[in-house]
Amino acid sequence: METKAEASETMSDLRNHAEEIAEQFSDHLDIDADDVEERLQNLVDEYRVPVDEARRSVVNSYLDEAGLDRDELGRGGNEEVHLADIDQDEQWVDVTAKVVELWEPRSESISQVGLLGDESGRMKFVSFTTSDLPEIEEGKVYRLGNVVTDEYQGNFSVKLNRTTSIEELDEDIEVGDDATTVEGALVDIQSGSGLIKRCPEEGCTRVLQNGRCNEHGNVEGEFDLRIKGVLDDGDAVHEVIFGRDMTEDLTGITLEEAQEMAMDALDTTVVVDEMRTDLIGRYYRVSGPELGRYVLADDTERLNEPADAEAVLIKARSI
Amino acid sequence: MSSNEVPSREVARRVFAEEFNDASYTFKESDDERAPVYLLLPTGEKANRVFLVGTLTEKEDVGEDNEYWRGRIVDPTGTFFVYAGQYQPEAASALRDLEPPAYVSVVGKPRTYETDDGNVNVSVRPESISVVDATTRDRWVVETAQRTVERIERFDQEGNEYGRMSREEYDLPTDRYKTAAVSALQSLEEAGGDELGGSDGADTADASDSESESEGSDADTASPEPNA
Ligand SMILES: [Zn+2]
Repeated sequence: METKAEASETMSDLRNHAEEIAEQFSDHLDIDADDVEERLQNLVDEYRVPVDEARRSVVNSYLDEAGLDRDELGRGGNEEVHLADIDQDEQWVDVTAKVVELWEPRSESISQVGLLGDESGRMKFVSFTTSDLPEIEEGKVYRLGNVVTDEYQGNFSVKLNRTTSIEELDEDIEVGDDATTVEGALVDIQSGSGLIKRCPEEGCTRVLQNGRCNEHGNVEGEFDLRIKGVLDDGDAVHEVIFGRDMTEDLTGITLEEAQEMAMDALDTTVVVDEMRTDLIGRYYRVSGPELGRYVLADDTERLNEPADAEAVLIKARSI
Repeated sequence: MSSNEVPSREVARRVFAEEFNDASYTFKESDDERAPVYLLLPTGEKANRVFLVGTLTEKEDVGEDNEYWRGRIVDPTGTFFVYAGQYQPEAASALRDLEPPAYVSVVGKPRTYETDDGNVNVSVRPESISVVDATTRDRWVVETAQRTVERIERFDQEGNEYGRMSREEYDLPTDRYKTAAVSALQSLEEAGGDELGGSDGADTADASDSESESEGSDADTASPEPNA
């Protein structure tokens, strides 16, 4: 049993090496992984050469064929990418990332699994027992050379492999959450904000206009709170949508209170008028995913701390 | 009706009163009657909208038949004049209700008008006026200094058509706006953290700070008085 498992492990191991080598040379030679695997297998099985040595030897012979130096190849030749920019399967890349979380591996073949993060976002990573890599630690930042991207049902991950170089860096990374962050003064609140009514039809949440849904006609709407705001930093404008929770947080007006206000005034616009008074002309920082031209606010912070005058002063004096 | 057809919204430029009041040249970028009108800022940028924060020091109903409110809003470099009448009902009612001195923020459109003696004066027609705290005012000063410095940095760059336009229309040295930005920033540092202490709703604390700042500036008297 033991030897059988070992043998199959060595075989898949050789296959991995073969694919990596074929990939490394793909720009230089017309070789396929089967040929590479055959050569490796020959050395390992027939000549009892250790896998690493076999790999070295095969790579060297291909280098000769291609007329290349070792350092023109593979490692170091990859593109250093941000995690959020990974959008293709089976790409060989370098990343600099923080280990955000380590999870419990569910299989013996997996040595480590978890989440990596950089400024641009987070991504799952896997390293395999067969790759025999040093373990990486949660909370530390590493430069990972020669990792390969993987796609499963539209989700991307990176696989560490035997050729991956792991270098611990003495730095920290502020890990992004795949959300954009915009900041500026709230210069406008657009129509369709405040106390609104949505279509109650299953799966339809369209905002009613004069009691009408574009899709379902006249319906008995359900009340909701929303703000469509414009953040402006003097250089660009960003349109931001605050959903009910955010709107309640930001204005201190709950949905129930808004309905009472509207009932007392016999007019729903009193709600948005109150919100305008509270919010316009102040500075905010908003984070959240982008949807079309809008940023959907997941997180909103009123900018109350003093801005850094010193930095601007230094810049002003330098020109 | 599609969102693709929504024209992009005009950015609200950040400009100190000193530079704003030096501007006079307006232009359009298309022959369309409804095309936006831009005020050319001397540091080389077009402004169809501005955002400013300062101290409302005076308000007056200068209208004859209808209400027409004029507000004086002071920043560390000078005074903005803001006019709101029946076509700006929200801003007009804000001015009616406000008790100077108070920190206010204004989103609005630049407007120019020629005086009898042929000078061009510039003012702001507000879209909104809000009462804000001292931190918001300070943030605006830093941000406006930063945007001003960035414009000055770009001024002579090749391809900066508004820089070129400014040289042709104004021929004003940009140095004075850099100096204004620096002294505005210094006024914050001198005020230190004191003024932040009374930031929320403490109008009296805010007022005494802003008064001393406006006294320190002679740009106030240099500003063109509209309807003179
Ligand atoms: Zn519907």
